[in-house]
Amino acid sequence: MSKAIVLYLHVHQPYRIRHYTIFDSAVNHDYFDAAYEDQESNERILKKVAEKSYLPTNARLLQLLNDNPQFKLSLSITGTVLEQLEKWSPEALRSFQELCATGRVEIVAETYHHSLAFFYSRAEFEMQVDMHKRKVQELFGQTPQVFRNTELCYNNDVAYWADKAGYKGILAEGWDPILGWRSPNHVYRPTYTNNIRLLMKNYKLSDDIAFRFGDQNWSEWPLTADKFAGWLADDQTATNFNLFMDYETFGEHQWEESGIFGFLAHLPGEWLKNEHHTFMTVSEVIDNNEPVDSVDIPQTITWADTERDLSAWLGNAMQSSSIQALYDLQADIIQTGDFALIEDWRRLQTSDHFYYMCTKYFNDGDIHAYFSPYKTPYEAYINFMNAFHDLKFRLSEKGVAV
Amino acid sequence: MKVLMLGWELPPHNSGGLGIACYQLCKALSKKDLDIEFVVPYRADHGIDFMNITAAHPQGVSEVIRSGIAYDSYRYVLEDGTEEHLDIYAQAQLYEHAVAKLVEETEFDIVHAHDWLTFRAALRAKEAKGCPIILHVHSVESDRAGGRGNPLVHEIEDLAMHAADRIIAVSEHTKQVIHREYHIPLSKIEVVHNSIEPGDLVPLDANNSYRYLEAMKALGYRVVVNIGRLTVQKGLPNLLHAMKDVIARQPKTMLLIVGSGEQYYELLTLAAELGIGQNVLFTDFQRGKRWRDAYAIADLFVMPSVSEPFGLTPLEAIGYGTPTLVTHQSGVSEVLTNCLKVDFWDIKEMANQIAAVVSNDALRDVLHANAHQEYQRMSWTNASHRIEQLYKDHLVVAS
Repeated sequence: MSKAIVLYLHVHQPYRIRHYTIFDSAVNHDYFDAAYEDQESNERILKKVAEKSYLPTNARLLQLLNDNPQFKLSLSITGTVLEQLEKWSPEALRSFQELCATGRVEIVAETYHHSLAFFYSRAEFEMQVDMHKRKVQELFGQTPQVFRNTELCYNNDVAYWADKAGYKGILAEGWDPILGWRSPNHVYRPTYTNNIRLLMKNYKLSDDIAFRFGDQNWSEWPLTADKFAGWLADDQTATNFNLFMDYETFGEHQWEESGIFGFLAHLPGEWLKNEHHTFMTVSEVIDNNEPVDSVDIPQTITWADTERDLSAWLGNAMQSSSIQALYDLQADIIQTGDFALIEDWRRLQTSDHFYYMCTKYFNDGDIHAYFSPYKTPYEAYINFMNAFHDLKFRLSEKGVAV
Repeated sequence: MKVLMLGWELPPHNSGGLGIACYQLCKALSKKDLDIEFVVPYRADHGIDFMNITAAHPQGVSEVIRSGIAYDSYRYVLEDGTEEHLDIYAQAQLYEHAVAKLVEETEFDIVHAHDWLTFRAALRAKEAKGCPIILHVHSVESDRAGGRGNPLVHEIEDLAMHAADRIIAVSEHTKQVIHREYHIPLSKIEVVHNSIEPGDLVPLDANNSYRYLEAMKALGYRVVVNIGRLTVQKGLPNLLHAMKDVIARQPKTMLLIVGSGEQYYELLTLAAELGIGQNVLFTDFQRGKRWRDAYAIADLFVMPSVSEPFGLTPLEAIGYGTPTLVTHQSGVSEVLTNCLKVDFWDIKEMANQIAAVVSNDALRDVLHANAHQEYQRMSWTNASHRIEQLYKDHLVVAS
C-alpha cells in the first residue's frame, strides 16, 4: 500500500489598514495606502515577503518538481495576495505560475478576500468564492476542485455547502477532540454528505515544520529531512500525511538561517527512497482512497490557537461588533453598484483585520503580536472603525440612509 | 507687595486645567500693585510678560526637560553632560531643594503655592523666612486617584494644609473634601472659584476638523462630546452606560471622546461590549485646532466626573457654542446655572437628559443661549480681588 505526503501551503496577504484617524473619515478614502516606510505598508511587506519567502521558496519548489517526477503539492492563494503580486511583484507571481505549469501543483478554492463571510452572508460568501475561482482560472488556467474555508474554518454546514457546490474535497483541522481515537492520516467523509471527502490536517507533523522547526529548545531540534521522513515511514496504517501550513513558513516564519530551505530540498529525496512512498495533491489523495469513516463536526473549528475555534477573530466585543457592523452594510453597499466602494468593503472583510484586534494573550506578546503591524489590538480596532465610518459616509453621499 | 508663586506648569506647557488656572489668576493679579515671581520646575519659553518666571533648578543641573504631561518623568541634564530621569516624587523633592536655595537670594512678602507638588517647597520657604504661606488647592489626592490615593502624597497634603496660614479651595465641593479628608477647620478654607476669560478664547476658523461628524450631523445625527483625561475621576464608564440608553432611543447619536489616559483601552472595550462601538469615536489626545473644533462640533458637552474640584471644560464648551451637562460633584456646577446637572452615579437620569437635548434642537439652543449670557459675564477679576485681599489680611497678621 502506498503512503502519500499531501503538502498544502496557504499563501495570503491582507490589505492592511494604515493609521487612519477620525480626521481622515469623510476626507480620505485611502484606507489601505500607508506610506511606503510605515509598518502597515502593504507594498513594503509584500515586497519583503516576496524576496524572503515567495521567490526563494518557489525556486526550490520548481527545482524539486523538475528533479522528482513524483513530487507534488497543493496551494491556496487568496485574491488579495494575487492582486498585490500583480501590482508589486510580477516576478513572484510568475514563479507561482511556473509551478502550476508543471501540472503537479493544484490550486485550492477559497474566498477571494480571505473572509469569514460564510458565517455572516451566504450570498457574499458565494460571490467571493466565485471571484476567486475566476481569478485562479485567469492566472493559473485551472479550476479548483477542493475547497478550504478561511482559516480552515469548518463545520458540518461548510461541508454540506461545499458538497452541494460540487467540490470533491474540503480541508479542516485534525483536532483531537473531533478525531477522538481516529488518525488524521486517512480520508474521511463529512457527515450528512455523500460525495465530498474530508482531509484533516496532521497538526503535530505540520507544526513540527511550521512552528517548531527553528526552536533550539525543542527536544527534536535540529529536525532533518531523514528524521522527519523516518517518523512518517514508521506509521504502518496511514495512507496520507496532511501537512498543511502557511506558505510563509518558508523564509518568513522560519528564516533561511534556520535551515528550512535545506529541509524542504531534502524531504522529497528522503521520502521517495521507499518505492511505496509518494506525494499527492489534495484531489489525488481523494481520488485514490476510500473514506474510512464519517466525521460529525457541528461546532466550528479552525486551525488557530489552542482553542481551535473562531475566538482569535471574534472572541472579544471589539471584534464581534465591528464585523457585524461591516456586514450590516451589505445590502446598501451592493446596491450602489459602485465597484470601488464594494471592493473596499470586501477588503475590510479580510479576517486579518479582526485577528489584529485579538486581545487573547495580548499581554504575553505572543504569536498574535508577531503577525500584527499595529502596536495594540485597540489601535487596530480604531483604524478599522474609522474606515468603517468612512464607508458609511460614502454611502450617505450616494443618498443611502445611514 | 511681592508674591513668590510656586507652580508646576504654565501654558503652553500645561497638561490640563492647573496650568491654565495659574496663568489666568496671575494675569488678573498682575493688574494690581503686585510683583509676581512664578517658579516652575522646568526651563521653557512661555511668552508671558506680566510676571517673572523662574526655572527652579537644583544645583549641579544644567537643564531640565519635560517629556510632555505633568505626571511624566523629567529628564535632568547634569552639568557633566550625563542625564538622569526622575519620577514625579523625586522631582517634587528636587523642586523643594531648589526653591529653598532660591528663597535665600530672593525678597518676597508672601508665598502662594499651587497643589501638592509645590507644598513642601512652600513649607521650606516659610521655615526660612517666616512669611505667610497660602496653599491653593486645585485638587486633592482623592480627586486624582479615585480613592485614598498615594499615602505619601496624602501625607504631604495633610502636613502642609495644617501648617498653612490659609487655604484656597477652587470650589465649595473641594472645601468640603479638604475638611472631610484632612480635618482642616472650615474657617481656614476660603473658596475662590476658578473662572474663564471669554476674551482669551482662541477663535474658531471656518472649517471644522471633524468632517465626518459634520456630514453625519447634516443627516440628522447629534453629537455628544467629552474632552479630558481618560482617568477614573472623570467618570466616563457611566457616560458610556448612559449613551447605551440614549442610542437605544435616539440611534442617530454619536459620542466623541477626546483625550488619553489609563482608561483608554478599557473604555474602547466597554463601548464595544455595550454594543455602541459604531457610535463612539476616540481621537486620542488633541490640542490646538482639533481640540477647539471638538467643542464646536458638539450638540452637548458632557462632563460626567465622579469628583471634579472645578472643571473648566464646560465653560470652554459654552464659549465655543455648546451647552453642557455636568455632575453635581463638580466645582463648576456651583457657578454655572444654565446647564444640566446630574449626580455622577445616576446613569438613568444622565441618559434622560442627554436624550432630551439630542432629540430637541430648541432645548439645545436655549440652554446654550442662556449659558452664554452667564459665560460672558465671567472673568478672573473677582477672584483676583479676593486673593489680593487675602494677601493683605495675612500680611497685617504677620506684621
